[in-house]
Amino acid sequence: MKETFTIVVFTENKIGLLNRISAQFTQRHINIESLTASESEYPGIHRFTIVINEDEEKTRKVVKQIEKQVEVLKAYCFKDSETVHSEIALYKIKMDPSLDRPKLDNVLITHGAFVQEQVGSFMIIAKTGTKEETHQLFEDLYPFGLQGFVRSGRVSLSNTMSTFKTYLQALETHSKEIITDNF
Amino acid sequence: MDTLTKTVGEKQIEKQSMAGSEAVIRSLLAEGVETVFGYPGGAIMPVYDSLWHFQEELKHILTRHEQGAIHAAQGMARVTNKPGVVFATSGPGATNLITGLADAKIDSTPLVCITGQVASPLLGTDAFQETDIISISMPVTKWNTQVTKAEDIPSAIAKAFYIATSGRPGPVLIDITKDAQFASLDFSYKKCNGFRSYVPKPALDHDEVEKAARLIDSAKKPFILFGQGIILSEAENELKAFVEKTGIPAAWTVLGLSAMPTDHPLNVGMLGMHGNYAPNKLTNECDVLIAVGMRFDDRVTGDLSRYAKQAKVVHLEIDPAEIDKNVKTDIAILGDAKESLQLLTSLCSENNHDDWVQKFHDLKAIEYDQVIQKELNPDKPGLTMGEVIRRVNGLTDSEAVVVTDVGQHQMVACRYATFKQTKSNVTSGGLGTMGFCLPAALGAKLGAPERAVVAVIGDGGFQMTLQELGTIFQTNAAVKIIILNNNFLGMVRQWQQLFFDKRYSSTELVNPDFVTISKGFGIEASSVSERQYLDAALKTMMDHDGPYLLEVMVEKEDNVFPMVPTGASVEDVRLS
Repeated sequence: MKETFTIVVFTENKIGLLNRISAQFTQRHINIESLTASESEYPGIHRFTIVINEDEEKTRKVVKQIEKQVEVLKAYCFKDSETVHSEIALYKIKMDPSLDRPKLDNVLITHGAFVQEQVGSFMIIAKTGTKEETHQLFEDLYPFGLQGFVRSGRVSLSNTMSTFKTYLQALETHSKEIITDNF
Repeated sequence: MDTLTKTVGEKQIEKQSMAGSEAVIRSLLAEGVETVFGYPGGAIMPVYDSLWHFQEELKHILTRHEQGAIHAAQGMARVTNKPGVVFATSGPGATNLITGLADAKIDSTPLVCITGQVASPLLGTDAFQETDIISISMPVTKWNTQVTKAEDIPSAIAKAFYIATSGRPGPVLIDITKDAQFASLDFSYKKCNGFRSYVPKPALDHDEVEKAARLIDSAKKPFILFGQGIILSEAENELKAFVEKTGIPAAWTVLGLSAMPTDHPLNVGMLGMHGNYAPNKLTNECDVLIAVGMRFDDRVTGDLSRYAKQAKVVHLEIDPAEIDKNVKTDIAILGDAKESLQLLTSLCSENNHDDWVQKFHDLKAIEYDQVIQKELNPDKPGLTMGEVIRRVNGLTDSEAVVVTDVGQHQMVACRYATFKQTKSNVTSGGLGTMGFCLPAALGAKLGAPERAVVAVIGDGGFQMTLQELGTIFQTNAAVKIIILNNNFLGMVRQWQQLFFDKRYSSTELVNPDFVTISKGFGIEASSVSERQYLDAALKTMMDHDGPYLLEVMVEKEDNVFPMVPTGASVEDVRLS
């Protein structure tokens, strides 16, 4: 049975790793729903957050293949119940005289969204939340003459203690015994 | 070589200034490389120019195609367990390496490939002979990297050798821009012995080994499957000790062949699609299956849903991603095969399983009557591939390195070649690369010059890389080449006969005169088509001083049996 999995990958900061990671999905014909990459809380270590919809066995196998890449430090996979996750969405609305501003403000309050910026005759509304929540706001803003919409990939943190920190400490203790060259 | 390495060592302290291209050569020498296979071209010319000054220390084998260079490097790596090294230029030079990289990746062969690249200011401009080899080679390398600064060359090469040879070995590629080859650096070389993100060898878990030992001790019908992991970790003696102490019959994958002498009483033969009858049948009867250094390839397992379902599975493996990938494991022992087997053997009790082993012999007798006898001692006029291999065994006293290509001749050679020594079977197992054999045999001969190297090739595969006869002539490497010529792409034809109602679509070959071709390349050759002359022809080939090509005309439409058809269970192995 397919379900949503969030795969979190900690890597060295090297050119081409994104390619190496995404190729694991391509080879197995798995569609990536979203992917974000950023620095992690550890200096020099990058964090990829990848969301896929797949069955559990296939997901766990692809995670092992990702972890096998030599510059990947560790890869985890989580079910939705094991993470706190969020996305950000931006919406562009044209401010013309026909815009029912009180009604719009009401929608924004209901959704916990806000006007991030007004540029010329447009306003940009921002909303963070789950995909379902940002999608609902999309539906509700549509009648106001939505001019643009973009949603980020998921960012997520597990709702348990991180085991990566312990793992990284163990790796670094071990690394002291080996020559580390920064190439 | 030692003196030079030492000199390089002394110069480390001086931090000698040199060009990036010279640093490439000195780094290879520091890694103990003696032979490089390659082909020059624009973007790697500085490296070739530096090579000129090191001709005594570093032998370069000029192949006739980059694919030939990489397969030769693979052949050398397979008989030496040391990384094969390849040079190629940018663009087409680099892309011609791809088949060999894919072959080495799936067969876990250590390679270090160094490609030239256009100068860094030209990257991404579609410059002459520019190709994005980093992206192209990514899925077929264990690791790859592009170097654009001369000072990064030594550390990149050090890391490359470490990655290629440690853990589960594999091919790596370093792409060096031409400006980095020209620029100078202060050279010093430190071998890499690890880096943070990479754990090549998982730590052995004693509790799991203990559990496995208890399971193995309690088994009534245990069965060992071994693969190339034995050869790669040099665990041949440990495997033998384990098998002999526990009395468990052992069967091999194509790449595991020669890790255990073929005449060992507990060696029960080959697994898989064209493997032996007994090990396939009894896979579905054993109670404990102990897999060592093998990956349950689909050619070994047949239909997974009907594979060893009755058995508890113990998997000894260095690569965590292989655990549960194809066959669900009950006990996984992660680690190097040598260490794992040592500990496991020490924890297992002495035992024997004579009745169970007898079952293998009984089924072998059936296979012998129905298949082997006819193949090795045929009574029909046409020559069989099997009888050729049987005679090669005799002439070489089972001491030769046998290099094969892909197809019927490969399966026949793997089934019937006999081996006393390890690292004696070189073949393209995982990728099934036609054209692999001829250059790989050249590499094997250069890697093991004291050994007889016999290349067994089909008429189809031979024509994919026959230009390497030129390299064999130039190096005078005494490779003995046997073309088993049936004027067909035999294995495809066999499938067409069995599964496509004998529609022989594009599988019949009208061949050139191989003897004339070989002689044209300056390599002595002959052809034989009658049984009465076969022995003498093979003996002439083996006795000849230097390379020799022997074409053997074999039966046109013979099939390889036993066979586990695609999608069938191993227990449905067919004898005809």
